[in-house]
Amino acid sequence: MKSVKTKKLISEILVNGILLLLCIIWTLPTLGLLVSSFRPQEAVNSTGWWTAFDLSEETDQPRFTIDNYRQVLMGKDMTYVNADGETVQASGDNLSTAFINSITVTVPATIIPIFIAACAAYAFSWMKFKGRKFFFVLVVALLVVPLQIALIPILRDYTKLNLNGTFLAIWLAHTGFGLPLATYLLYNYISGLPREILESAFLDGASHFTIFLRLILPLSVPALASFAIFQFLWVWNDLLVALVFIGSKPDVAVLTQRLQEMVGSRGQDWHLLTAGAFVTMLLPIIVFFSLQRYFVRGLLAGSVKG
Amino acid sequence: MKNKRENKFTTSIGRLVISLFVPVVAFVVMWQGFIFLRDSEAPKLLTAIIAILWGVGGVGLLYFLTNWIVDQLPLKWRGGLRPFVFVGPALAILSWYLLIPTLRTLYASFFDAQTDSFVGVTNYIFAFTDPKMLESFRNNLLWLIVGTSLSVIFGLLIAILADRSRFEIVAKSLIFMPMAISFVGAGVIWRFIYFYKPPSFEQIGLLNAFLVSLGGEPQAWLTLRPWNNFFLIAILVWLQTGYAMVLLSAALKGVPQELLEAARIDGASEVQIFFRILIPYIKSTIITVSTTIIILTLKIFDIVFVMTNGNYGTEVMASQQYKQMFKFQHFGRGSAVAILLLIAVIPVMWYNLKSFGKQEAF
Repeated sequence: MKSVKTKKLISEILVNGILLLLCIIWTLPTLGLLVSSFRPQEAVNSTGWWTAFDLSEETDQPRFTIDNYRQVLMGKDMTYVNADGETVQASGDNLSTAFINSITVTVPATIIPIFIAACAAYAFSWMKFKGRKFFFVLVVALLVVPLQIALIPILRDYTKLNLNGTFLAIWLAHTGFGLPLATYLLYNYISGLPREILESAFLDGASHFTIFLRLILPLSVPALASFAIFQFLWVWNDLLVALVFIGSKPDVAVLTQRLQEMVGSRGQDWHLLTAGAFVTMLLPIIVFFSLQRYFVRGLLAGSVKG
Repeated sequence: MKNKRENKFTTSIGRLVISLFVPVVAFVVMWQGFIFLRDSEAPKLLTAIIAILWGVGGVGLLYFLTNWIVDQLPLKWRGGLRPFVFVGPALAILSWYLLIPTLRTLYASFFDAQTDSFVGVTNYIFAFTDPKMLESFRNNLLWLIVGTSLSVIFGLLIAILADRSRFEIVAKSLIFMPMAISFVGAGVIWRFIYFYKPPSFEQIGLLNAFLVSLGGEPQAWLTLRPWNNFFLIAILVWLQTGYAMVLLSAALKGVPQELLEAARIDGASEVQIFFRILIPYIKSTIITVSTTIIILTLKIFDIVFVMTNGNYGTEVMASQQYKQMFKFQHFGRGSAVAILLLIAVIPVMWYNLKSFGKQEAF
């Protein structure tokens, strides 16, 4: 007869074993990318990335290199011998420009909608005006609209206003598409703040503007931070909005666009594709791991774009 | 007496002049900034910093100025206008970017390619008869059913296992991490995994290498109809399981321990506890997670666009819509597909908001 102790041990091994297996399956894809991005061109394209750690195989080549990153980031030209034995002169991809563009797009496209949404959420929660309920229902109703609906009309407006391919155009687009959810979530938070704090501020003669800046914004930092992480990730990782409103302007193109172009033009050059992909993933992963607490809190509050 | 009235008159004139003058100056400064940013040849990094300051500062300035203008108005107007200082910009942007475009797209869906002449429901008939469109409906349904259920099942499984493991935090972080990765980045990762080389070469793609080591023939996974759809859906599952896991795990932790212990004392098996207690208890969370992922699958675009560009029988609604608009320049058809997408999303979103409204936020 099995004792309770061995039964417990078996279930513990089973639980951790299955969990470990799932974790390995979930981690391998990213690990393969990371390892490949540091391997020399010939190695990546001839042997699997898992052989990189197989020390029994003798090679006269270095096992790892940062040349791939040099090439995708600085646009350094490279010559190498391809699979058919021809010498290829490859021009670099200069993702560093795209990296700066991504930051220039993402930072304002995160701050602007949050600020505008917080203002609106404050008005919906704590100010009386005609049509308050109607406008709020309108905002919530717009949560259902997929952004695909807006692409053609907005593109036509932008062409008329000569805004296409400017940072302003893409900031405003991301602001428009992120606003319904931002307003809705921040309303949930701001309307739940204790009434007494606001009332005493009013009695002291503070204006709405002062109360909003000095009281509401500092009190809402947890909600603002949660939503900021989400908006940051959406904008940084977005491809569709960038494709439509930036188009093929190379000096404004963001990372996702450039990576997608690389997939088209260098579909077989895995040493460059993996390095390029890792460059695009670096910042989101850092943000994600350092602010995971806010990220989880945001998820639980419903921060998922409809 | 007269003097005082004159004084009052001049101050209100002065106020009026200033309240016109200040916004005009602000507008000119901002406009010059815009022109500079659009046309400048300055170093990239400098332009970037100026652009960020210009954009964020501009929005701050907008609120500050409108609030200031309202302050200059007679007292009786201020109360009525002040709320719109706060809510106005949001309403303006929402109208321009979502509300009016919806109506304009609906309008355009009844017109021809360049929105010149009325064609009735021709574009909708096209949408329901064109083989590519029918293929995309079928695939979207596949994404919806397979993608959603697998994400939820894996999410639930990992949440339950992690809850009983000592390595909960590490395991959850690892499963969760792909959520930070873009669809394009994930596309590159998985193209590498599915990569195919003819059998005479050593396989560098993980899946084919695995297959070969088991004695199989390497396959070109992404062109293998109709199974390639499932290989694309696997990417979504990889990305979204973390989301399902986090929400379900939080819900599981809310199940009262006394309830479980009472059931165990009454002799219920773990399987019974799972189906009779845990599942009913976290039902509303399961619905929230499912509806959220369903909406994502209905609008899925990037994965298909990067992996196959809709070729080899992998077309979905959003990729068809993109092609109709930007490849074939047929705005009527593109708009009709967009409207169908909206119609598909509405009931799911409505259900999602309804079930979400019952939960505590933050």
